[in-house]
Amino acid sequence: MNQRQSAHVFSSPAIDQVGVVERAKRFTARSIKNEAKMKGLEMVLSMIDLTTLEGMDTEGKVKQLCYKAQHLHDSIEGLPNVAAVCVYPNFVGLAKRVLAGSDIKVASVATAFPSGNSSLEIKLADVAMAVSEGADEIDMVISRGRFHHGDYNFVFDEIAAVKAACGSARLKTILETGELGSLDKVRLASDIAIAAGADFIKTSTGKIQPAATMPVTLVMLEAIRDHFQKTGLMVGMKPAGGISKAKLALHYLIMVKETLGNDWLDPKWFRFGASSLANDVLMQIAKQQTGAYQAANYFAVD
Amino acid sequence: MDDSNKNSSENERLEVLKTYKMYIDGKFPRTESARFYQPVVNGSTLGNVCLASRKDVRNAVVAARSAQASWARRSAYNRAQILYRIAEMLEGRSQQFIDELVRQGVGTADAEKQVAESIDRLIYYAGWCDKFQQIFSSVNPVASSHFNFSTLEPVGVVFTVASRDCPLLGLVSLVAPVIASGNTCVVLASENGPLSAITFAEVLATSDVPGGVVNILTGRIEELHEHFSRHLDVNAIACDRLGVALNTKIKEFASENIKRVKIYDQDWSVEASANPYLIQDFCEVKTTWHPIEQISETGAAY
Repeated sequence: MNQRQSAHVFSSPAIDQVGVVERAKRFTARSIKNEAKMKGLEMVLSMIDLTTLEGMDTEGKVKQLCYKAQHLHDSIEGLPNVAAVCVYPNFVGLAKRVLAGSDIKVASVATAFPSGNSSLEIKLADVAMAVSEGADEIDMVISRGRFHHGDYNFVFDEIAAVKAACGSARLKTILETGELGSLDKVRLASDIAIAAGADFIKTSTGKIQPAATMPVTLVMLEAIRDHFQKTGLMVGMKPAGGISKAKLALHYLIMVKETLGNDWLDPKWFRFGASSLANDVLMQIAKQQTGAYQAANYFAVD
Repeated sequence: MDDSNKNSSENERLEVLKTYKMYIDGKFPRTESARFYQPVVNGSTLGNVCLASRKDVRNAVVAARSAQASWARRSAYNRAQILYRIAEMLEGRSQQFIDELVRQGVGTADAEKQVAESIDRLIYYAGWCDKFQQIFSSVNPVASSHFNFSTLEPVGVVFTVASRDCPLLGLVSLVAPVIASGNTCVVLASENGPLSAITFAEVLATSDVPGGVVNILTGRIEELHEHFSRHLDVNAIACDRLGVALNTKIKEFASENIKRVKIYDQDWSVEASANPYLIQDFCEVKTTWHPIEQISETGAAY
């Protein structure tokens, strides 16, 4: 009964996979040069969630990441800061202290990241801990097992419960598209997450391959667009994992602009989850300014 | 008479012409610029050869950089095996190289000699791979409780300009010592003799040489010298005398990140032109001060 109901509630449009792949490919054929490229690269920097999500993370690593977030490359003047740093819940307090006084947000993964296999109580406690430490944003994972089970109401309820636990923190919902199997499932999961109150939908944890791809991101952007056209409410988008080159990041921005419009070209509504992307963008900016191709060892390790 | 002519033209097989593409990261791409040139030797055109662009240089350096650490980490013995393998493969295809050198304007006897010497040169440097370190390293006397020793490390990515007049042997004579110590390289083939360079790439591709360790471009030094000599991720440049103006410019550009420039003025067909000092030219000396305990009053240590 429940399942039939949920199937009724979440009737997502079918996705034309060949069409989506073709369309996504088109975005890579735009040529962006000189001033437009520089502006685009700076915009990419301002949209990065500088991320460290390793089992071996230490306080030193998180401090270093926070420093990097505020000093991307001091020898180039006028660079924006990244949008946020993204860490595990136990480092939220530390990151908040180090970033105090800056406008850089602290995002925390929660809900038994990355698998999401735990009880709702534990997941909510995880969120509550991150929020009480001062997290501005919570990156949750959906229960992919339950999703594949067809238990869409469970997935919906869980997201709604986490959203309630977030308080004023913004909620990013990770679909982990690499485990969903098809673009139809990605669209369905996007619709569920948006309906349940997610402020952002996010592709991946970064722990599973494939992570963010342009076709998957396009399907999610279209879910956001359809929701906006129906309700007038904006939802953010965060592709994460596998975007490490400046050129690819620019392709994503083009896709956002041509799918959702200029309003989404803002760190409030679009983010890149990445760690090595920032340095590649910096190298491109330095190349544009000096005319010489850059080497990675002139840029801070993050 | 007429009939026999007709027959022979009917039986004559239309020759399939080979496309000489470049060699980057273990693959054979065309130039991204889609340009080509037609080297002319003794009045006949050698074919359509890729005219490498600034971005091809960039792509090749990226490939060389990403291959460098793992190439240097291989045991010296293994690098020797691989250099020896290149020689084996070259031997097996020597007739093709002789034919191509003749097409490039070298006399048959000279071509045969050049190919044989190229093979011998690879064997020579294969032998040096696990021996040069013992010759050039040292244990240094110091007046403190330290075991002080100096060893050689590869500089990193070396841009190699192949000899104009000696298209195969000149190329092998520089590439072999450069990669023997664990460097990776990008080679600009001789402008008038690119065929043997590209066929040599086919030998490399089938000789257990990891992709990216040697990358071969075809094009014009006058167009490309600024891009590779200013590139911050190129650590050294190896070339023959290219004329005072060009050599001076390369040195000037190279000074931006104080990269090493080695200009050779020698006849590569002379046996003495092969020596381990060429390996040393592309190595840095690393000196280590290792604290030791003085274990006896007599001064005996470690």
